[in-house]
Amino acid sequence: MITEQEIWKGLELVKDPEIPTLSMVDMGIITKVEVRGENSVFVEMTPTFTGCPAIKMMEGMVADRLKEMGITQVEVVTTFDKPWDSNKLTERGLMCLKKHGLAPPVKHSGEVTMELLEHTECPFCGSKNTEMKSPFGPTLCRSMHYCNDCLQAFEGFKPVV
Amino acid sequence: MNTTAIKELLYKMADDLLIIGHRNSEWTGLGPILEEDIAFSSMAQDKIGQSQALFQLLHELGEQEPDTVAFTRNANQFHNAQFVELPNGDYDFSLMRHFLYDVADQLRFEMLANSSYEPLAKVARKIKGELKYHVFHANTWIVKLGSANEESKARMQTALNDAWNYALGLFEEGDFENDLKKEGVFAGEATLKQLWLETITPTLTKATLTIPHENTWEPKLGGRKGIHTEHLEPLVEEMSEVFRVDPSAEW
Repeated sequence: MITEQEIWKGLELVKDPEIPTLSMVDMGIITKVEVRGENSVFVEMTPTFTGCPAIKMMEGMVADRLKEMGITQVEVVTTFDKPWDSNKLTERGLMCLKKHGLAPPVKHSGEVTMELLEHTECPFCGSKNTEMKSPFGPTLCRSMHYCNDCLQAFEGFKPVV
Repeated sequence: MNTTAIKELLYKMADDLLIIGHRNSEWTGLGPILEEDIAFSSMAQDKIGQSQALFQLLHELGEQEPDTVAFTRNANQFHNAQFVELPNGDYDFSLMRHFLYDVADQLRFEMLANSSYEPLAKVARKIKGELKYHVFHANTWIVKLGSANEESKARMQTALNDAWNYALGLFEEGDFENDLKKEGVFAGEATLKQLWLETITPTLTKATLTIPHENTWEPKLGGRKGIHTEHLEPLVEEMSEVFRVDPSAEW
């Protein structure tokens, strides 16, 4: 029988539809994997933002991947039981974001303040001489910034509690 | 637990979010600068998603599917406060409403994060984190425009005066306030209103704006009971137009 570890490993191939360098596992949105019997697997997910329009699509991608792995009975549900927060991104996830040109979210300690975003480190040159242009960006999970040193606009992945 | 009381609470919150979300979306493509266009569009997406999560809780309590509830009711079956259905007006009014509404909503969801009704508490714990960004955005603009120049200050003060009594209507009490309090579901509108006043006052002071004098306060009530301004019906018609054409369409 397939093990939970093998499922987790297999799911690492499922990438965020908007950030192709980042897996859903590293994003921290897969909150539970349960092998329920021969060829039967249950997966629990949670969205980064309540209004994330990609969550249905991501459920489908997870289900497809499991079927690819030979699982015939697949159940994928989305719940708020263990809500996502940006600290749930793995170290590898943070690196992936940076590689994609997105500033990773600053680790928070249960509280997010405007100051936390004000001088986000530029993912291109590493400078902290940056300013936040808007707490909103092209997707709900991103903010917009400008680097005064390398003179490039960049996006950041928002810290969320 | 008193399910009728919980449903009433969920309906008014979900409807507030759905309607303000729709109003926010009306700025898409029309925002005064690109960043603001994106901000109101993002907030629209957040709010409509949050309303969907609350409609889902209602569905779990036996109400119809979220889409059916959102798109097939008539205006007089909506429980949103009149405040959120008012037209966007100029950007000053939209920003002021955004500030007054979002601070109230953030506090509401912070209170509900400790609700004894666990399904709602779970959703509230998620939503309150998201609303932080809405309040950041609102605070920034209120302070910036309130203290920028004579024109911007005058416009923001007028917007505050125009919005005020409608904003007070957000705290219209329902028939089940006591049940909700007694059962630890929600600490009540009066408590929320007090917290809201304490929270908005320092920001408005920083923005050099003045809250209308208390003896002029006349909360615009009725929204929670289905009594609305003439602005809601056309909004609902527009919002549900596509759904009504083909309710079974797959997206």
